[in-house]
Amino acid sequence: MVEEIGTNEEGELVINMGPQHPATHGVLHLVVTLQGETIKKIEPHLGYIHRSIEKMCESLTYRQFSYVTSRMDYLSSHINNHACAMCVEKGLQVEVPPRAQVIRVMVDELTRIASHELWWGAMAMDLGAFTPFFHAFRERENINDIMEETCGARLTMNYIVPGGVMADIHPNFQKRVKSFIELFRSKIDEYDELVTGNIIFQNRMKGVGWISAEDVVSYGCTGPVARASGVHSDIRKLFPYEIYEKLQFNEILETGGDSFARYMVRMRELRESVHILEQLVDNIPEGEFQAKTKAVLKLPKGEFYQRVETARGELGVYIVSEGATTPYRIKFRSPGFANLSALDHIAAGGKLGDLVASMGTLDLVIPDIDR
Amino acid sequence: MFITNYIKEVWGAVKSLAKGMKLTGYYFTHHKEIITQEYPDNRAELVLPERFRGEVVMKHDEHNEHACTGCTACELACPNGTIKIITKFDISPEGKKKKALDTFIYHLELCTMCNMCIEACPTDAIKMAQNFEHSVYDRRQLTKKLNRPGSKIREGVE
Repeated sequence: MVEEIGTNEEGELVINMGPQHPATHGVLHLVVTLQGETIKKIEPHLGYIHRSIEKMCESLTYRQFSYVTSRMDYLSSHINNHACAMCVEKGLQVEVPPRAQVIRVMVDELTRIASHELWWGAMAMDLGAFTPFFHAFRERENINDIMEETCGARLTMNYIVPGGVMADIHPNFQKRVKSFIELFRSKIDEYDELVTGNIIFQNRMKGVGWISAEDVVSYGCTGPVARASGVHSDIRKLFPYEIYEKLQFNEILETGGDSFARYMVRMRELRESVHILEQLVDNIPEGEFQAKTKAVLKLPKGEFYQRVETARGELGVYIVSEGATTPYRIKFRSPGFANLSALDHIAAGGKLGDLVASMGTLDLVIPDIDR
Repeated sequence: MFITNYIKEVWGAVKSLAKGMKLTGYYFTHHKEIITQEYPDNRAELVLPERFRGEVVMKHDEHNEHACTGCTACELACPNGTIKIITKFDISPEGKKKKALDTFIYHLELCTMCNMCIEACPTDAIKMAQNFEHSVYDRRQLTKKLNRPGSKIREGVE
């Protein structure tokens, strides 16, 4: 343990960043060791929002446990539910109807857009620009309205269930998604005008928080953080699930490896997600939205693993089953935890002011890290 | 050479700032589109989607009859122990004993609005209501009895 504040034996200043620092989204406690203004070491202290979700899941049935995962990475709750549902389906060997698969992928991509938008607003706010936050929330509200109408909730959805989705899409769903796509295309250009091209923003991002491709692999970073350093890590391409194989989309790769590259990966992913939605919105097949499953689900004895690409990276769900109605053990491989572990490597050696830029582009969601 | 580059850089910087400010200026002068809602004042015209999950209610018809058989499927489906069902035995005119609902206890303070109980219900007796203003001064008021006093099961619901 380091002392709370003061200097250590080498004469370096030790300060606490958080848990209530306004620049940290969530309650993350960073103990930063400084030499002057240069960061020597960063030690993240976790556990402020630990709810022992993995242990809770052991006492819940296979139908029940996925609702808790909406509360892990609350910005991509659909995708978390999706991972759980697919892992259970793998064990049950249930074939999901094509209509349900398309609906699942569509809500996933809408969630990804909503998540990246919130990140974009919060990121700009971290760097001192306040208006982008309102711009981002204005468009995010449209997605929330679509979700509210179809799923009944705005944040903790619990819409994707083992076998399909909980309810069929609302009659307005396709119309509203179409109008959202049209609106959003012009708004991304506005985002670029407002923030991406801004000279102050660029100077604070370029060359800050650099990480090499080798280090990305050795720290286990996934998602936009890995792709910004040129590492192929898109699960939708590498291990395609549902209908992603049949879709036309590119894996976004940047080679910069710095904060600006991570920023650009997410901005380009917004356009890519819109592109995926465009392909699907008119092609939702008719049919069942849920496969017939038994009232009480029992997975056969064994181990099951399923990974998906959330807005932050690879989420893995690992279930050990003893053949009962509840899992024997569940482990979630959360993307935020691995990405945070690289923070010391990314920000050490830089200036204290750059720490916020590096941290913002890692897109940390603390409940996902602590679980 | 250095001077030209320097001026170019400054010019580019000023241009990028002006571009952002142009957008801000546009929104400052074009404020036709109202995005925010004045929540407590717009209660009268506030319409929530029919699927919005606010709280669990039991459906009663005009004869004060519901469709709940007391099968406890919702109680088993609930992940948090939000629902507690107390059953009793009705004696039918023929003298047969029949299981029936006595009290449907719903703990709103534990509910996470996951919709699992509504999915599980075989007779479609409960549904989600759109009311979301649940603040009270005393936590005990959040424990609700969903079947109305004097209500009984509808004829023909098994």
